[in-house]
Amino acid sequence: MKENHLKIIYKNSELSIIFFGEFNLYRVSTCEKQINAIDFTKIKKIYFDFSKLYFLDTAASIYINNLEKELLAQEIKVDYISSNESIIDTLKLVKDEKKNSHKIYEIKKKNIIEDIGSATYKNYLGFISFMAFLGEMFATKFCYLRSYKNIRFKEIAFEINESMLKAFGIIALTSFLIGLVVAYQSAYQLKLYGANIFIVDMLGISILRELAPLITAIVIAGRSGSAFTAQIGAMKITQELDAMKTMGFDPYKYLVIPRIFALMIAMPILIFLADIMGILGGMVVANIDLEITTEMFLDRFNEVVAVKHFFIGIVKGPFFAFLIASIGIYRGLMVKDDTQSIGVNTTKSVVESIFAVIVCDAIFSIAFTNLGI
Amino acid sequence: MKTIIEVQNVKTIFDNKIVHNGLNLSINDGEIYGLLGPSGCGKTTLLREMVMLEKVQSGNINILGNDLSNIEHTKAQELRKNWGVLFQAGALFSSLTIKENISLPLVEYTDLSQKMIDEIVEFKISIVGLNPNDAHLYPSQISGGMKKKAALARALAMDPKLLFLDEPTSGLDPISARDFDNLILKLRSLLNLTIVMVSHDLESIYSTLDKMAIIDNQRIVYEGSLENIKSVDSKFIQTFFEGKYE
Repeated sequence: MKENHLKIIYKNSELSIIFFGEFNLYRVSTCEKQINAIDFTKIKKIYFDFSKLYFLDTAASIYINNLEKELLAQEIKVDYISSNESIIDTLKLVKDEKKNSHKIYEIKKKNIIEDIGSATYKNYLGFISFMAFLGEMFATKFCYLRSYKNIRFKEIAFEINESMLKAFGIIALTSFLIGLVVAYQSAYQLKLYGANIFIVDMLGISILRELAPLITAIVIAGRSGSAFTAQIGAMKITQELDAMKTMGFDPYKYLVIPRIFALMIAMPILIFLADIMGILGGMVVANIDLEITTEMFLDRFNEVVAVKHFFIGIVKGPFFAFLIASIGIYRGLMVKDDTQSIGVNTTKSVVESIFAVIVCDAIFSIAFTNLGI
Repeated sequence: MKTIIEVQNVKTIFDNKIVHNGLNLSINDGEIYGLLGPSGCGKTTLLREMVMLEKVQSGNINILGNDLSNIEHTKAQELRKNWGVLFQAGALFSSLTIKENISLPLVEYTDLSQKMIDEIVEFKISIVGLNPNDAHLYPSQISGGMKKKAALARALAMDPKLLFLDEPTSGLDPISARDFDNLILKLRSLLNLTIVMVSHDLESIYSTLDKMAIIDNQRIVYEGSLENIKSVDSKFIQTFFEGKYE
């Protein structure tokens, strides 16, 4: 540091603090240290000498202002020496504003119990509003189904293209790989017992009944569920939904029901594709690893895998589709007027729809077993 | 003169914040009516309550003889066809072109032939001063001023009696903003519209409004024309109109 920014001169019971150069927010803390080091006990009067100062910013003025108050409280008189108009103006501005401004009140921190309580209540309200959404949807749906003119075939076709035809590739690949992996892992175990041919029973039942519907549902939840949330959320932010409502177009009719129908039609077809590809994957492993030829595999398949397993898998489709679409759309409608909430709701939409699908699958599993199917 | 919109004793509370505490106003046929006030005073909320986007929590809003607090579904649909709404950022449907946006209400609500619809759309495009060559662009491909014009054209598609504008000139450059004011005046005289608008733009307030309501501190502090506004004792009015209106 090439020069001292302030100089302190004692004169009996008086004290002058002379500031040099520029006093700005970078220098406040060094000056504060120097001034705090002063022993004020015997001082009666202090001069702040600004005559050698050419610039004072508002941060420094606030400091000076606070210091003056502190000193006045200790019954020390304060006086300013300055000829620079702009410095006097800055000081005056700070002083005047200080009178008008109020402290920004601090937000009270919640304790844990309050946090848990409000989070629970929020979740409860969320559940209620989802129920309200479903209720409204069913009400409008039945209302619209009265006449086939109300069904938006164009939108449904568009959504089927988006969520089914464009998903063929990824569904085929994932389910082929799942079939491959399941067969490969079990081939090793079956070989130990020489029970090679039972791979057909195992693959047939597990893929047709459980794996194909679940894998399809999970891929579609990640693919179409998130897309629904983001599309509708963005439309909400740009006020397109409001515009529709004021024009008398019911968003349920134009956006919600076509998407749900489209997905309910698409899902069984996708599951069928996943069935084929999964079994194909298993067949490849059986052929290479267990020396079961394609003819043997198909003969055994025909013998032991009842057609009910296939139908159970397909029937789950529309139910999963309904859950994924309705959760995705509901989350889209919950988006608020900020970009953050699109991210939050898209995440929630995918997580919640996968969870709902698995719960639904568990219920089906118990129900079908108890029914002896 | 016939009263078209009547707001009686409307109260609105969000969470713990009182927005409106008993608003009363009435809007007559053929007027350009402004809702003014400091930011956060609930102008847009009142507008949203008028167009049935928000439920009226307490009090009455009566539009064209319909009480909004207990209106039937079919009546509400009928009423919606009688107004056009222009949102602040346009709110054009992003998946449709300008032309499709404007023709949408016509396609959905009428049995006009495609040729007739095309002609109507061309007329609306020219009346708001859009370039017909831009009709096939998507909303993301056009400027803010054009979006507003296109949204206005869509709002006018069904030839409504009532037009609601939410800050029509905000975000426009001064020249487009003045053009927009002239457009609104022109439309009023051409189509005999009643226009309700929320605005902050002093220029457009002076040049377009017939009557206004000023909302401040949860209440309406002034309702009437510009002439008598200086006599009102309100901090907002004094600062907002100071120096400009002598």
